Parts: sequence; C-alpha cells; structure tokens
Amino acid sequence: MSRQKYESPTTNAVGLGFWVYLMTDLMLFATLFATYGVLRGNTAGGPAGHDIFSLKLVFAETIILLVSSLTAGLALLSAHAGRKTRMLQLLVITGVLGALFLGLEINEFRVLLADGHSWQNSAFLSSYFTLVGTHGLHIFAGLIWLVATVWYALKRPLSPRFMQRLTMFSLFWHFLDLVWVCIFSIVYLMGVLA
Amino acid sequence: MIFASWLGKLDWSYFWHGWVQFGGQIATVGGALTVLAALIYFKKLGWLYRNWLTSLDAKKIGVMYIVVSVVMLLRGFGDAIMMRLQQILGSGGGHGFLSGDHFQQVFTAHGTIMIFFVAMGLMFGIINLILPLQLGARDVAFPLLNSIAFYLYLAGVILVNLSLVFGEFGAVGWLAYPPLSELAYSPGPGVDYWLWSIQIAGIGSTLSGINFLVTILKKRCKGMTLMKMPIFSWSILATMILLLLVFPILTATLFMLSLDRSMGMHFFTADMGGNAMMYINLIWAWGHPEVYVLVLPAFGMYSEIVATFSRKRLFGYTSMVWALMAICVLSFFVWAHHFFTMGAGGNVNAFFGIMTMVIAIPTGVKVFNWLFTMYQGRVHFDTPMWWFMAFATTFLIGGGTGVMLAVPAIDFQVHNSLFLVAHFHNTIIGGVVFGYLAGIAYWLPKIFGFKLHERLGKAAVYCWVTGFFTAFMPIYLLGFMGATRRMEQFDPALQYQGLFIISGIGTAIIGLGVLLQVVQLGYSIWKRKELAAGHDPWHGRTLEWSVPSPAPEYNFARLPVVTERDAFWVAKHGGPALYSGPFKDIEVPKESGVGLVVGLAAAVFGFGVIWQLWWLLPIALAVIIGTLIKQTYVEETERIIPAKELKA
Repeated sequence: MSRQKYESPTTNAVGLGFWVYLMTDLMLFATLFATYGVLRGNTAGGPAGHDIFSLKLVFAETIILLVSSLTAGLALLSAHAGRKTRMLQLLVITGVLGALFLGLEINEFRVLLADGHSWQNSAFLSSYFTLVGTHGLHIFAGLIWLVATVWYALKRPLSPRFMQRLTMFSLFWHFLDLVWVCIFSIVYLMGVLA
Repeated sequence: MIFASWLGKLDWSYFWHGWVQFGGQIATVGGALTVLAALIYFKKLGWLYRNWLTSLDAKKIGVMYIVVSVVMLLRGFGDAIMMRLQQILGSGGGHGFLSGDHFQQVFTAHGTIMIFFVAMGLMFGIINLILPLQLGARDVAFPLLNSIAFYLYLAGVILVNLSLVFGEFGAVGWLAYPPLSELAYSPGPGVDYWLWSIQIAGIGSTLSGINFLVTILKKRCKGMTLMKMPIFSWSILATMILLLLVFPILTATLFMLSLDRSMGMHFFTADMGGNAMMYINLIWAWGHPEVYVLVLPAFGMYSEIVATFSRKRLFGYTSMVWALMAICVLSFFVWAHHFFTMGAGGNVNAFFGIMTMVIAIPTGVKVFNWLFTMYQGRVHFDTPMWWFMAFATTFLIGGGTGVMLAVPAIDFQVHNSLFLVAHFHNTIIGGVVFGYLAGIAYWLPKIFGFKLHERLGKAAVYCWVTGFFTAFMPIYLLGFMGATRRMEQFDPALQYQGLFIISGIGTAIIGLGVLLQVVQLGYSIWKRKELAAGHDPWHGRTLEWSVPSPAPEYNFARLPVVTERDAFWVAKHGGPALYSGPFKDIEVPKESGVGLVVGLAAAVFGFGVIWQLWWLLPIALAVIIGTLIKQTYVEETERIIPAKELKA
C-alpha cells in the first residue's frame, strides 16, 4: 500500500479485530455471570457462598492479578521506549505473578474438592466452578501466549509486528483483570455478604 | 479394563442400528470414498490441495463454503423426505419405516443441518464471494482467519456426517432442550455429536464475524463512506454485529450443557438445583437473533437484485439502513416468544408479544421500499427477479402467520403444533432460501464467468414455489386441527393422512426443483461458452460489476475511487471514472495449510470429547496451539503480483 498512514496498534484493522474479539469474550462471560446469578441460590441443601469462600485468599489473588496487570502495562511502556531487556524482565514478572494466581486458584479448587464441595453437588457449585474456572483457563491461555511472546522477543528486534502482538497481549491481560474484578465483586464479595 | 478406558465410550455396537441406518452409512462412506477415488484417479488431489484447500482467496473460500453447503442441503432434504414419508405411512394406521427413536434423530439432524451447515454455510459463502468486491477491497481483513473459520465449519460438517456412520445423532430436536438432552435421558453419544458439531462450527462463525465486521469498517475503498456503501454490505454489517453479540451466548450455553453431560455438573438437570428454563432462555437469546443473522443478508441480496433489475436506484436507501439497524436492535427483545407457555406471566408475555409485532414494522418498511423501487422502473424478469417475486409473496404469508403467533393467546393454542413448523418453513424457505438462491443466480457469473441457464432456472423457481405451497399449506391446516410437531405416528381416526399425502406431493415438487437446479448447473457448465457473461451481465450498479468475470484473484487491478452510491452505475452514465492512475504491484496472501490443520485438529478434538477419549484432547489442542504459534514466525505471508502483469 502506498498510503502509509500511521495507525496505532489499537486502532488499525488487527487492533480493531482484537477489540471485537474481546467484546465477544465479554458476552461469553456475561452469559456465565447471568447463569451464576440465576443459580447461586440453588445449593441443593449443600453449602452456599458464605460457607466456603475465604476472602483473605481471594484478596491475595486479586492483588497479585492487579499487580501483574501493572507490570504488563509497564512492559508495554518499556517496549515503546525501546528498552527490550526491561520489557523482558517485566514480562517474566507478569508471567510469574499470573502463574502464582493460577496456582492459588487451583489450590482453592483442590481444597474445595477435598472438603467434598464438588461441582457435581449443586447447581450453585457447578456455576461457580465454571465461571471462575473459565477465567482461570483464560489466564492459562494468556500464560501460553506470554511464554510464546517472550520466546519470540529473545532473539528478535522490537518490530512493528511484535509491538502489535505485545499490545494485544496487554489488552487481553487487562481484560482478564477486569473480568476478575467482576468475579471478585459478584461471586466472592456478594457471596460472603449473603 | 485399562484398554477399555483408553477407548472411552467407543463400542462396536454403535456400528449396527438397522437396515435403514445402514443405507445412510453406505451412502456417506460410499460418497466420500467415491469422491476420493475420483480425485486420485484423475490425479487431482495435488491440484485440489494447492489451488483450493490452501487458498486464502476469499472467492475460492466462498466457493468451498457453497459446495459443502449444497452437499449438506441434499442430506438435509433427504431427511425431510424421510420424515414426510414416515408421517404419510404413520398417519394411515401403519407403523411406517422409521422407529420412533430414529425419526427423532432424523428431525434433529434436519433442523441442525439446515440452519448451521446449509444456511450459515451459504451465507458465509456468498459474503466471501461478493463483500470485498462490493467494497472495492482486494481481500477480507484477515485472509488466514477466514480459512481457519471455514475449516472449523467443515469440522462441524465432518462430525455431523460421522454421526451417521458411527454412533447416533441427538434425538432431542434441533435445540436439544434439557432435561431431555441431559445424560440421564439421552445417555448415548448423539447429543454430544450435536453439541460439538455446532460448537466448533459456531466458533468458526464468531471468527468470521470478526473478520467481516473489520473488513467492512476498515477495507472500504477511497470515497466509500458508510452511507455510500451498497445495501448488501450494510446488511452484512448489521448481520455481523448481531452475530458477534449472540454467538458467544451459544458457545457458553453449549459449553454448560456439555459440562453437565461430561463432568456431571447441574446447570440444567432436573435435580440438584439445575434450571432447565435457564437453558431455554439462553438458547433463544441466541436463537432468535440467529434467524435475523440468516435473513438480513437475504434482505441485502433482494435489495441489490430489485434495484438492478428495475434499472432504478433503490427506493429509500436511508430508510433501508435504518430498518436493518432497527431489526438488529429489536431482535434482542423478542426471544421469549418462543416459549410463551413457560409460565412467565401475562405481563412478560404481553411485552414480548408486542415487541414481536413491532419488529414487523421495519420489515414492512423494507418490503414497501422494494415495491416502490419496482414502481415505474423498467423491470426485467430474469431468474433472480423471479426469486424475488416468489419471496415477496411467500414471505408476506410467513410474516403474517408470525404476527398471529406473536399473540400469546393464539400461541397457547398452536404452540408446538405443525402450524409453527409451517410458519418457520414459510419464512426460512420463502425468505432465506429463496434469497440465497437468488443471490447465487445473480452473482455466480461474476465468479465463474458464465450465467446459469435461464429457462431451467425459471422452471426451478416454479417448482420451488408451487412445491412450497403444496407442501406447507396442508401443514398449516394440520396444525390448526391439532397435529403436534415431531410425531411419527397419528391415530388414523384423526384422518390426517390425506393432508400429509398432499404435503408429500409438494415435497416431491420441491425435489423436482432441486433436481432442475442440479441439471441447470451441469448444463450451464457444459454450455459455459454460449452462456459466457461479460463483466456486467445484468447492467449492475455496484463495484463488483466493474471488474472482469471471473473476477481476478486480486479483485481490482487498480483500486477504485468512489464518489456516489451505485458508483459503477454513475460511472457508466457519464460520472467520474472509477479507476485512474498508474498500476502498482499488488500483494496477495500466500497459500497456507494452517486452516486445514487447525480444522482437522478441531474435528479430532470434537471426536475425543464425544467419545470421551480424554487423552486425545491435549494432543489435538497442542496441534492447534503449536500451529498457530508457528505461524507467528512466518514473515512472508504475501506474494507480489507485479504491475507489469496487470496491464497485460
């Protein structure tokens, strides 16, 4: 193309496409949230949210994920400033925090299962595990993406193609943060209050 | 025992069901093997792989969509013939030739195939053929994503057809309402086949939606502002917005039902707090917008066809755009009319009933706009215009019965009766199928360079229309008389058999129409020299008619510059030239096998979930993720067509 009009990675065709994808993912989470909202009272004689949730643990998870979002944002800024080593360091920290979050979540699930609160025991537990687990799967996918990104960047310069991908990864990571804030509020806080 | 768990639920007993099913197995396997053998015998396998399967040219992907859809149309139509024959035999005191369970599988497959694998496939096919051309673009925004989406659709098709050979299909209706579709009541793999075939194809649809939305918003040629965009492209914009908002709901809903079945969860089960009505709400929150996803592109096609064949600009362009967008918004507020009998209460039903009637207003605006476009135009009755005339009358009746059903009090009487079946066939055949067939007759010359034979095409329209009314008017009557849908036998004392026989005759007439179209296609290919279409066979109005037929791989040798609506028509009649300036090198996407690998791995993944071969899933997922990551290392995704070649 001769028209070399500059478009930023968030407003060019790829960026717009990625935004649209994020909106479809948001619809998917909205569906799971709606289902959770309908089914959260259907405990079938089993435990309700306030019986099984530990706000301390969830608060720690939240802080970890928020900080990882911050480091992801800082990594993008370093990349824009052309500081590749700094960017790689920050991406690795993001990944470690993401993995820590995922580990805590898996442990939370493990404890619930050990206490006999399986997803097979009530509609409430099914919808809880599915909503939180789907977010966890997204984090897992994000971690795979992160590893691939770091691996790619190790031996390559910060090309526009790479900046595009890094921007999209950053958007994805922030998006997951946002969804987590909703999970924290609607599932855990409201669960404990009720 | 360990070996058994490796094989999951696979069991040889799923191979043999009976002689009727055996016929289906032979037909499927035989058909596939015949095609493969022919390809090997004529040494066309490599050609097919290089020129078609790995092509990222949107037009070729579009043709592949249409070929697969037509094959599926024949299968879905075969299901229809079986059902009608069974009902004729089963309403006269006999048992018919299908068992109750088999009949249920047939109507489930018929609905699933016709919506997901015929209508959706034809829609994406025609969009791929025409949308970039109409926008003055060389390609879609994401060619590789386009190929991946096609192969995910194909993975769904493979799974549906596999269910015919090995296992069974869901016996639960095309939307698989729980608790019937739960493991407790449908323990076999049939519902899983249903779930995963449309889950994978549905993810492909979402990806296509992103692709076409971005194509419209980012790839329009210079000067084509949104309000100068052809109305077909507008209809696709509306469709894609709708599709992107609702397909994730389908994905999540199918995912939850699948978790119920595979992991023992309790979203929609009858016990442990499950709520089956949640499923029915969610599936229709997708399902009702989905029918507009199918019909809005057809409306766009009619708009192009009516303007072209009336040699007149479209009446009320702006109101057409507003009507499209109004339908887009309103279609989100009508879903509960699919289950007025749920017991949501009078006020809720009144709201949804009124919203359903309101949606008839923008639809009416469109119909009047088409009629006013014809008014005082020089109307040329070529085949596409015949399809439009057939649509205008048929769809009017379908819409009318729709407004009847929108009245909750009437709906309570005819809910789940054959009246409903007649209504939605009336709108889907009259609206969607006629539209897509019109679109194919209209745009095929642009892709292949020859017109379809005119008289055979008109004969096919005749058969479809008379066949449709003969087949479905008796179904309306039966519905009024109280015949319930999805029944394979009726008490002969009810005297339904006569009407079923008339309906069967109608089905045969439609079958003749389908046959005529197959003959038409074959004959037109044979006589393609005589039927050769120039670049502008219909005196078209929009950009696609300004390039040679068949359209070159790069669509436009020089990119057009547009100043008005109906840019090509204006240019032909003394307006500013569309093309000027020097030729430049063109980048076109290189062939890629990524889509094929991802699609096949997705089919394997689906097969693994259906039969609970859990070890297969990480392998299939690793193949998909690995292929995609590997793709990020490919630097050269395009090849250059030099400017010198273009001038020649």
